[in-house]
Amino acid sequence: MDFNDSQQEAEFRKEARDFLEANAEKRSIISDKPNDKSPQIAVAGAPETVKGGKEAAQEALERAKVWQKKKAEAGFAAILWPKEFGGYGGSPIQQVIYSQEEHDYLVPSGYFEIGIGMLGPTMMVWGKDEDKKRYLPKMITGEEIWCQLFSEPSAGSDLAGIKMKAEKDGDEWVLNGQKVWTSGAHFADYGMIVARSDPSALKHKGLTYFYLDMKTPGIEVRPIKQISGTSNFNEVFFNDVRIPDSQRLGGEGEGWKVALTTLMNERLAVGDPPGLDFDQIFEATKELEVEDGLAIKNSEVRQKMADWYVQSRGLQYTKFRSITALSKGQTPGPELSISKLVTASKMQDVSAYALELMDSAGMVHHDQNPVLKNLFQNGYFFSAAMRIAGGTDEVLRNIIAERVLGLPQDERADKKVPFNELPSGKN
Amino acid sequence: MNFDFSDDQKLLRDQARKFLFDKCDRKSVRTILDNDQLHYHKELWSQISEMGWTGTAIPEEYGGLGLGMLELCVLAEELGRSLAPTPFSSSIYLFAEFIKNYGSEDQKKKFLPLIASGEKIGTFALSETNGTPKPSNVKTEYSSEKINGYKSPVSDGETADYLIIAANSDNKGNRNSLSLYIVDLHQDGVSKTSLETIDPTRPACSMKFEDVKAELLGEQGMAWDMTENIFNRAAVLYSFEQVGGAQVSLDEAKKYSMERFAFGRQIGSFQALKHKMADMYVKIELARSNAYYGAWALSTDSNELPVAAAGARVSASDAFNYAAKENIQIHGGVGFTWDYDCHLFYRRSKLLSLNIGSTRQWKENLISNLEKRNIV
Repeated sequence: MDFNDSQQEAEFRKEARDFLEANAEKRSIISDKPNDKSPQIAVAGAPETVKGGKEAAQEALERAKVWQKKKAEAGFAAILWPKEFGGYGGSPIQQVIYSQEEHDYLVPSGYFEIGIGMLGPTMMVWGKDEDKKRYLPKMITGEEIWCQLFSEPSAGSDLAGIKMKAEKDGDEWVLNGQKVWTSGAHFADYGMIVARSDPSALKHKGLTYFYLDMKTPGIEVRPIKQISGTSNFNEVFFNDVRIPDSQRLGGEGEGWKVALTTLMNERLAVGDPPGLDFDQIFEATKELEVEDGLAIKNSEVRQKMADWYVQSRGLQYTKFRSITALSKGQTPGPELSISKLVTASKMQDVSAYALELMDSAGMVHHDQNPVLKNLFQNGYFFSAAMRIAGGTDEVLRNIIAERVLGLPQDERADKKVPFNELPSGKN
Repeated sequence: MNFDFSDDQKLLRDQARKFLFDKCDRKSVRTILDNDQLHYHKELWSQISEMGWTGTAIPEEYGGLGLGMLELCVLAEELGRSLAPTPFSSSIYLFAEFIKNYGSEDQKKKFLPLIASGEKIGTFALSETNGTPKPSNVKTEYSSEKINGYKSPVSDGETADYLIIAANSDNKGNRNSLSLYIVDLHQDGVSKTSLETIDPTRPACSMKFEDVKAELLGEQGMAWDMTENIFNRAAVLYSFEQVGGAQVSLDEAKKYSMERFAFGRQIGSFQALKHKMADMYVKIELARSNAYYGAWALSTDSNELPVAAAGARVSASDAFNYAAKENIQIHGGVGFTWDYDCHLFYRRSKLLSLNIGSTRQWKENLISNLEKRNIV
């Protein structure tokens, strides 16, 4: 057993580290810049939180694009993509190494991951050659940003319950309906969308998949204000939106299959949410005082800290096990399926407990007078979203139970009935 | 990165698993559970000794196989899976490790070959009172080359031939008052009283010492430091036993939930049970990864060992305790009958999380070692 890189890996790591050192700023455990982008607490797939209104958001977007261009020029923006589309043509282990290194730096995140991680790979599998040539290289450089239009008000965990209408009219499709929880729709140039083309077919059979220009007439984007006060997600309304049939990916009625290509890549795309873990609360307990002195000296605090430590490092070492498989050119086991489930709840517990340790000061969530840079106040709200975004805790437990442990599927009422005859409750 | 066991080590694991599947079935485990007079499975003990398991990490010059600690970790997981009713941990993780790490050349030559061959069994005794052991509540004394005092509980004490014992070598009652001694238990002045335990397949006794001859192990006044180090080493090995036991608890819960029908369907199709088993899986994977890290620290003599061992121990205790208790829950009524095997794991899980210090004690160790390291 060892944690050493192979010679090739070490060379690649040095390349990555040199690039980052020259172009980005290192992250500290608890940032000195309150309410800045650091420490980031990324909601799965959501862009970094920016306070300060539209101008600040626009500035952050421009900064992100500048960064992405640099990263693309250095070859690190799409390590797994083939060279013909502007990728690095690298291996999963190289992607992991780069992510490990980038994790220590303050760089914009949340703008390009969905495109490069999920939507690009979908186009590679299902798109026409001219589409690939036209769209993929600009996805990498950040010149064009993509969003994923999947979830709907009545199709969240039960994603295949999509109701967005797609009706064929000559060689065009007309889209009507609503999408929701769309990260980055407010700045995205393009999107990929799943819609119901045949409501009389079985639920998973009547779907078709398209890509579209977000400036197509009839699309309206409305940001959703979250409990954190920020808006990372949107509602997107479609009112007689006409798109050519040439923008279809996969066959009519094959939308679910195409969507699975997108979703299979989700785990790779949604990386480590940085920023609030054992290390942060460990630092905080060295500053905060409780009734008998520093929090870190209190035995109840120490007991809880130990639990979070073994969760935190347990996850890190689990990643090492998967990386070992990648490094040997093997497919990792299912062990990483526990990652988000553990991370989100841990962040929520850690945040809530840190607020407890602050006592009444934990009530304060103020930009100009933050307590420990508002890290735990922010985390308290973000973690609630994290337990839902990208698969709820409950869906993740089902996935582990069914796909990893091989337990039987739940009894389902929606398998043999045409979609338009399924009970759908109030909505 | 190579954070995995080698192919040879995996082969050893497969062989050990197959062997224990044949020779250490639940019927064998129950012969010890159901008979107060039997303290361990002698036939199994002599078979695993013959195969050299007892000498795995003992150097060849002292009669062992001269393999490493990683091989011992591999075997520990299998012993944990099979609930092997043997004094392996007391004799190998504790007694042999003490002698190997702190014994004089003469002591190594004298004791290690006997332990490696399985001919003799050793164990360790620290605690004397209820609650967390600390230097001030060790009352056993060493003076004029004789031990006088009392120890309880002593794991595998009934079967042990040799004992390493912590005793006061002066009367100050502080950390440096304590030294370790090796005692031959076959002598006048040693009296043993069997104690029932929460897991009768892992027995214990109390011991009284009246003018018992003993020889010093390691440096005088260093008992506490040596014990901490050996407990750290043992904690990693125990954590593999715990991960093994936890995994089997999950496997058996899963199996039962797919065979048992209620409300016209397999109970394993109900989300309440699936989520429970998913949680078991999560805890087991975290524990396995923490145990791997412990194994790495142990096998490389890293100064990470105190943190890695405590992390492995805390995580593995959590996983096994959870998996064992929820395994009973998933079995429903039959889960708390003597006939079903769930209680064997429930018993073992709690015993293993207490035997070299409680989980709360190890959590404290973990944080204090992190503070010492001062970088996390």
